[in-house]
Amino acid sequence: MSFLELTGVQKHFGPTVAVEDFNLAAERGEFVSFLGPSGCGKTTTLRMIAGFEVPTAGAIVLDGTDITHRPPNRRNVGMVFQSYALFPNMTVGDNVGFGLKVRKRPGDQIRKRVGELLELVHLGDKMARYPYQLSGGQQQRVALARALAFEPQVLLLDEPLSALDAKIRVSLRHEIRAIQRQLGITTVYVTHDQEEALSLSDRVVVMSEGRIEQIGSPFDVYNFPATGFVASFVGTLNVLPAVVVDPGGGGLSVAGQAFRINRPISARTGSTISLALRPEMVSLGEAGGENVLRGTVADVSFLGSIVRIRIQVAEGVVVTVDEFNEPTLVLPQLEASASISFPTEGPLVLESVPVIEPDDLIAEA
Amino acid sequence: MTIETRAPGVLDSLASSGRRRRLPRINPFAWLIFILGVLYFFLPLVGTFIHSTRTRPDIFLAYRQVFADSKFFVGLGYSFAVGVITIVVSLLIIVPTAYWVRLKVPRLRPVVEFVTLMPFVIPPVVLVFGLIRVYSSKPLVLTATNIGSDFVLVCAYVILSFPYMYRAVDTGLAAIDVRTLTEAAQSLGAGWARILWRVIFPNLRTALLSGAFLTMAIVIGEYTIANFLARTQAFGPYLSLLGRSQPYTPAAVSLISFGLTWLAMGAIAFLGRGARTRVQVAGAR
Repeated sequence: MSFLELTGVQKHFGPTVAVEDFNLAAERGEFVSFLGPSGCGKTTTLRMIAGFEVPTAGAIVLDGTDITHRPPNRRNVGMVFQSYALFPNMTVGDNVGFGLKVRKRPGDQIRKRVGELLELVHLGDKMARYPYQLSGGQQQRVALARALAFEPQVLLLDEPLSALDAKIRVSLRHEIRAIQRQLGITTVYVTHDQEEALSLSDRVVVMSEGRIEQIGSPFDVYNFPATGFVASFVGTLNVLPAVVVDPGGGGLSVAGQAFRINRPISARTGSTISLALRPEMVSLGEAGGENVLRGTVADVSFLGSIVRIRIQVAEGVVVTVDEFNEPTLVLPQLEASASISFPTEGPLVLESVPVIEPDDLIAEA
Repeated sequence: MTIETRAPGVLDSLASSGRRRRLPRINPFAWLIFILGVLYFFLPLVGTFIHSTRTRPDIFLAYRQVFADSKFFVGLGYSFAVGVITIVVSLLIIVPTAYWVRLKVPRLRPVVEFVTLMPFVIPPVVLVFGLIRVYSSKPLVLTATNIGSDFVLVCAYVILSFPYMYRAVDTGLAAIDVRTLTEAAQSLGAGWARILWRVIFPNLRTALLSGAFLTMAIVIGEYTIANFLARTQAFGPYLSLLGRSQPYTPAAVSLISFGLTWLAMGAIAFLGRGARTRVQVAGAR
């Protein structure tokens, strides 16, 4: 039996379905992220675990106890909000100690625990400050300490870094993960930022329109996306419309340029399928033994450690290539002709993208 | 180097002095309106003061008489006590209501707002007659005793305070993220009573103060309802009675009560000042 289990959880707001049939089993100490665009139901699911929303159907079981209909103040679940939600009338120390005071712990025990947690988030010297005297990053660290102080069974984080600026976002991200590992607390993290989800989690739950698209390790979700949505939402993706030439041998062509993939294709000869290709799988120039496509340079953008080059292979078909930046790199000129190459295992066939069969074309004609 | 750094500074000061010179050049018409406004508000006060000092040879006789009259202090004390009780009752009704409406049933907000406006729609004399009619007959005879009448008086004043109190509290609630703070407190294990008492009330300090002082000002100056329910004990009826029998003292009493009101306003400004400084500090960071 898993530590945190959501079984068949649904949430309807009137006629709108916010979450449908959500199933997840998280192990003790696991870090799980809900990743998806806004309105995909990730926050609603988190709020159901916290108790702020009651599921329309399904059950939430925490450590063997059904908590589906238990009010939030009796769940022993810590929560960190996007807007920090520190109590403005209380000092940092009082904020962190609030959960312990509610639980009627003795004063000296509270002081000790508050001190420990503020040390943990590196704010040991800020105990007597008020929230308005702290920066955003510091406030969110206080909120984290507050959510952990009463030793909750689960820690929930609702886009905790979205209100912070880029640099603090990254450093606090590492800090959250380090603290989570140190305490071994089961954590559910909601974000729309794929980089956050991939870098933090043991497992990622990719959601879209209230449904789970895929549950898997960051490695699996990125490299083996189960659906077209996952492939396009996680990471940058080239989508190539390709005509099947030889299904058994993986032969395809884009605008008359032939290439192949290392596995058979389950579509008929002459049909068009969608292929996904990660920019980092593609390199500029013609590499021996790899697929090669020719085109012209449409755009070059300098992103710091990476240079992103867009090559137009055919009318309406543009392939994005990421090259590592190095001082010796010669940036291609716009409009110049260029070749790209990618290994035969590079492209993924997207199952859920509509596939045009040759019969349909004949029927239309 | 020094010249270079000084030059922009000089330009800046020139620019700012130019701005400073331009500031007072406001439309003379605006000044006229401003002066008329000041006269409109201050002439009656000046008139009242001059009238109150017409006693010869001792021009402050009226003031001396007021402070020597025990009824003045009894009336003021009575109204003040009624005011304090009204404020407490009103807060206990309005804060949880406004909080709940904002948190759970926001679509009922127009309804609640309308209900709190009733004192503006129903004239006090109608209200007091209604109350006396209901509470002077069985099953609940309250107006037969003094304490019963005081009770009905407080109830009437609580209703009168609703429009001011509700708006003050609702504005205060709008300034804090009620929902998230509530959820944060809930996730930490707090129940409703603790959330209201430890999280919501303290963060509404300034709003509650302004609602409270407005209520106090209404209760101290109220005449119609007090006249029926509090006899001549309350401050309003006392002032009115005084006006009928003496020429100069009511003016003095008016000014004294006016001064007390201004003291109350000053207290709002003073007590609310802490909160404002905090906001500024937060903004500066």
